[in-house]
Amino acid sequence: MHIVVCVKQVPDTKIIKINPKTNTLDRRSAPAILNPYDAHAVQEAVKIKRKTGGTITVLSMGPPQATAVIKKSIEIGADRGVLLTDRAFAGADTLATSYALSKALERINMDLPIDLVICGKHAIDGDTGQVGPGIARRMDIPPITSVIEVTEVNQEEKTVLIKRKLTSGYELIQSEMPCLLTVEKEINDIEYSPMPNMIKAARYEPIIWSVNDLENVDRTQLGLKGSPTIVGKMFTPPRPEGGKKLEGSVSEQVSQLMEILMEKKDLFTLTSSR
Amino acid sequence: MNLDDYRGVWVFIEQNDGKIEGVSFELLGAGRKLADKLDVPLAGFLLGDGIKSLANQTIAYGADQVYVIDHPVLKHYRTESYMKGVIYLAQTYKPEIILYGATPNGKDLASAVATDLSTGLTADTTMLDADVEKRLLEASRPAFGGNIMATILCKKHRPQMATVRPKVMKALAPDYERSGQVIEEKISLKEEEMRTKVLQIVNDVTKKTNLADAHVIVCGGKGMGDLQNFQLIHELAETIGASVGGTRDVVEAGWLPHEQQIGQTGETVTPKIYFAIGVSGAIQHVVGMKNSELIIAINKDPNAPIFDVATYGIVGDAMEIVPQLIAQFKSLRTEKGGEVSYA
Repeated sequence: MHIVVCVKQVPDTKIIKINPKTNTLDRRSAPAILNPYDAHAVQEAVKIKRKTGGTITVLSMGPPQATAVIKKSIEIGADRGVLLTDRAFAGADTLATSYALSKALERINMDLPIDLVICGKHAIDGDTGQVGPGIARRMDIPPITSVIEVTEVNQEEKTVLIKRKLTSGYELIQSEMPCLLTVEKEINDIEYSPMPNMIKAARYEPIIWSVNDLENVDRTQLGLKGSPTIVGKMFTPPRPEGGKKLEGSVSEQVSQLMEILMEKKDLFTLTSSR
Repeated sequence: MNLDDYRGVWVFIEQNDGKIEGVSFELLGAGRKLADKLDVPLAGFLLGDGIKSLANQTIAYGADQVYVIDHPVLKHYRTESYMKGVIYLAQTYKPEIILYGATPNGKDLASAVATDLSTGLTADTTMLDADVEKRLLEASRPAFGGNIMATILCKKHRPQMATVRPKVMKALAPDYERSGQVIEEKISLKEEEMRTKVLQIVNDVTKKTNLADAHVIVCGGKGMGDLQNFQLIHELAETIGASVGGTRDVVEAGWLPHEQQIGQTGETVTPKIYFAIGVSGAIQHVVGMKNSELIIAINKDPNAPIFDVATYGIVGDAMEIVPQLIAQFKSLRTEKGGEVSYA
């Protein structure tokens, strides 16, 4: 069983700041972390491997310092990791990203055939969720998104049983392997890393690939050049006028608010239960 | 690629069990505006098994044309079968714009189709417009965790595609007198060639929070300070029979499960009354609640952007204000001997 998990280094968007003058992201203002959904993807691979045995490879694309998220993945339980890093990949949108990653997966697959690819549902800096299905299409394997449970992995039949989240409820899907899963957070809880993993992670040197390490690459499909979408403009939405701010002491304001709420009879009424 | 070969605005009509999803009607409303602005027809496209009859409803909500692929293999949504249909339609009829609801299936389908068509796709759009002269779709969405909007363009590839958040656009009132054209297409699909099978669909209503349908929501933000103070949010909600929601920060901190997150990556809600307590009002949150009828904001910071969207605001300490509100509602209840409820 060979599972590849695609992971991304992201700025912690909870604390990131926007430069109000230039409307651009101040990346220095936020620490870089392993995308939280990807941590669950690695964890799920570890859970599967416990039953099936095999190898977990993590793959990431990013600047050289993104080796940190590969080390973090090793800590969770991955066996090895590859970082794709090259200026040629810079500025990629989801289409160009899935192209570059699929080329790296091609090489990984030649070395050790892949049974399962797992990605997080989306990265918290882009929130698109488009790269996972994109990779699956390029590898011509079924994409299964919004996965909340890997119910069964049947290595003999080469099939998986998956619970996939829907708008109201879920569906049970059987898929041939290899296939690609994108996972929701609720799929598992991140476990505490055992000490040997931490030691291994601290010492681990990720495999680094540049564009020259990939075969049959059409460079026009990489990075900014290979990206059909561009950011036209950034703006803060027009501030609505805003409503009325109540005034007075706290208890006065609370009383005013109660009056307002009670006035909206069509919205909010007091009905007798008797 | 000759961009001028591509004309028309298309909307994916998502149906489950023969019922069209609400977001598809909303997109027909938004698509109608774009089509009128660009002076092209608006089309819906519909895939499924035994779903032809839904074409009329699609026309009633604003479509000029409906493309239908009806096939037993399309009974349940599957990426591999649906994408085949959509790619066939897009390559045959060459629309310039395709919109999908940002539902699990809509996002899944759009991502696969965009890859095969090598075109641009903007995710979770909350504003749509068109540059008529350049014939460009201007799809805007909150970016970078949500404090700023970005307009995404796809200049040199067609169709231009976007997924759009449910409950953000407005559906038109249906007009069943409207006439339109229904175009049936056939594609070859074989069940034995499918690599995935849907074994079972479970409608788990208990797991889905009632946020989407709630009349009153009390939403707490990280301004509540800690988990203990956050109990005030639950208490107020319980007193007035409201549902509890939280911001991304609150969910990240583990004070509420993800199902109760309101905003760009959570639920979009449109209740009659929305209490935002200790909520700063980041754009990614506001896009998920700004269409609420009455918004009441309580926040210490008078400059918090939540006050811009609030109908009424109280500047002050939630720890002081919320207990008083709870007390007032409780005394009202004892006084009148009834239950607080909403129409």
